[in-house]
Amino acid sequence: MNRYETLLLDTASRDERLVVITAENRGHMRTVPPMLGDRFIDVGIAEQTMIGMAAGMAVRGRVVVTHALAAFLTMRAFEFIRDDVAIANAPVIMVGMVPGVLSDGNGPTHQAIEDVSIMRGLPNMGVFCPCDESEFIDGMRVLLESRRPWYVRYINTPDLAISRVAFEPGVATVVRGESLHRPNVTILTYGFLTRQCIEAAEELGRDDVQVRVVNMRTLKPADEKAILHAAGTSELVVTVEDHLLTGGLASIVAETLMAHGKGAHVLTIGFPTWFTPGRLDEVLANEHISSAAIAHRIRQRLADIVHVPAAPPSSTHEVTHA
Amino acid sequence: MTLEERNALEQAALRVRQHIVRMSTNGGCFIGASLSCADVLVYLYWRFLNISPLTVNAEDRDVLLLSKGHDVPALYGVLAERGFISKDRLKNHLSVDDHIYWHPNRAVSGVEFHSGSLGHLLSVGMGMALDARMKGLPTRVVVILGDGELNEGSVWEACLVASALSIDNLVAIVDRNHFQANIRTEELVPLEPLAEKFRAFGWDAMYVNGHDMESLDECFGALQLNTGRPTVVIADTRRGKGLPSIEERADRWFCNFSPEEADALLDELSGNSRATLTSETLIVR
Ligand SMILES: [Mg+2]
Repeated sequence: MNRYETLLLDTASRDERLVVITAENRGHMRTVPPMLGDRFIDVGIAEQTMIGMAAGMAVRGRVVVTHALAAFLTMRAFEFIRDDVAIANAPVIMVGMVPGVLSDGNGPTHQAIEDVSIMRGLPNMGVFCPCDESEFIDGMRVLLESRRPWYVRYINTPDLAISRVAFEPGVATVVRGESLHRPNVTILTYGFLTRQCIEAAEELGRDDVQVRVVNMRTLKPADEKAILHAAGTSELVVTVEDHLLTGGLASIVAETLMAHGKGAHVLTIGFPTWFTPGRLDEVLANEHISSAAIAHRIRQRLADIVHVPAAPPSSTHEVTHA
Repeated sequence: MTLEERNALEQAALRVRQHIVRMSTNGGCFIGASLSCADVLVYLYWRFLNISPLTVNAEDRDVLLLSKGHDVPALYGVLAERGFISKDRLKNHLSVDDHIYWHPNRAVSGVEFHSGSLGHLLSVGMGMALDARMKGLPTRVVVILGDGELNEGSVWEACLVASALSIDNLVAIVDRNHFQANIRTEELVPLEPLAEKFRAFGWDAMYVNGHDMESLDECFGALQLNTGRPTVVIADTRRGKGLPSIEERADRWFCNFSPEEADALLDELSGNSRATLTSETLIVR
């Protein structure tokens, strides 16, 4: 039994409100159906019906976890999420499988790389993108008690060697370079690529480039303080995400700096369009989001900005993008 | 049903229709669809549904959902007549100071879920029905669907799943008024044979005259739930029912009448001469 299954079953045994619904996507939760009895529902390949039913249950006091492929969950069922979950502000925790780069060989139809953008665009909706299995489990515990809707990027990758801070929506954590006073670079990231960012930071550190890595954890609410702190203390802010460059963390950073009248040098790393499918490690290399590629792109960008004057502390000049 | 009971229901339906006509001016409303389902809603709230202003939050109450939300003036009329909301409040139609507008908002007492976009509330109702079943409650969930709404694939997806999950405390009612927006259903995307379609999806299906209280009483009195199958009642209705001057007219879908026209229509409802209507109607969807 994996930790997700344990969490669902533990929660269900304590909280009779919990119902789990899937759109015929039982991988990662095979032991749940027989143990949850009628509180596990498989609607078949019917994401719209799944979300509508979840909303109907949630407004009657249930807490519903819906579990389906991230691409189909967020896009096939989008209007149901918008109308029936978000408008109702119903406690439905929507867990999306193989989000971002994790769809590896499936191809563009299965790529959820605009999911953060469209989900955070909805009023009432929260967005949680954990970096490893422990963070997923810790966050889910909190979300299941939150009485509001959430979209969650599922991840079950082995735990990163990072210090952990109790999960709190809207609170980012420093996962590398906490003790650096004024790092040359702050990488803001979330989800699967957090590992690549930490490795890239280690590599850059060996060249005397001091890099802090910040794990955003939730993209909505996003930790604005962490973003402003990065902009105020580093020569270069880098966003790294397995998501389109529109609407995700790159946009969140731009929106935040704009709202606070701050400027910064920002390098945005993400997908300009659908990525070429293949084995995961090859995709990372091919899309220039492996740790080596991230380190290389940061080095290049740093080399560019040493030739321009540093941003004055309270500058309102325009945000620059890679 | 005694003659007195029948008269009382018909009088209630007349008052609901008067509310609908009053909401068709000063901004207007989807009057045709509201009039077609008025009798069904009156029958359900007076004779079938286990719900009242006193039990509006009771866990075991029956639930009615308007999946075709644009007929909500009929529901508001019913809720006002049954005391869920005050009749005075209907004057707030389209005021930003209240929640009463062209589609349902569940901030209004008695409205169980919001709608507007078609094809949503069958699945929402299925979730409610399953929740009640899991809790061992006698709750029945009734979902009003439009016939035009049946164009939406999500309705049929939900039908398949309702059957697969044997949701048998669920009743869908199709307000079969034979129109969608500005065209007859059979001229655009034909639905017939409709009962056979539902039966092929594993549902029990029956027809009823949706404007005859006696027929409605026979149909809902004989309704067998808890059979392992969901049920659909196809209510044969006329769009604009009660107002011959707009009945069955493709162009009288959304109407915003002048106060004088609304007064004439109120006369017409009471059996007086037909109103002369000059207001333009909304043809485009
Ligand atoms: Mg119709």
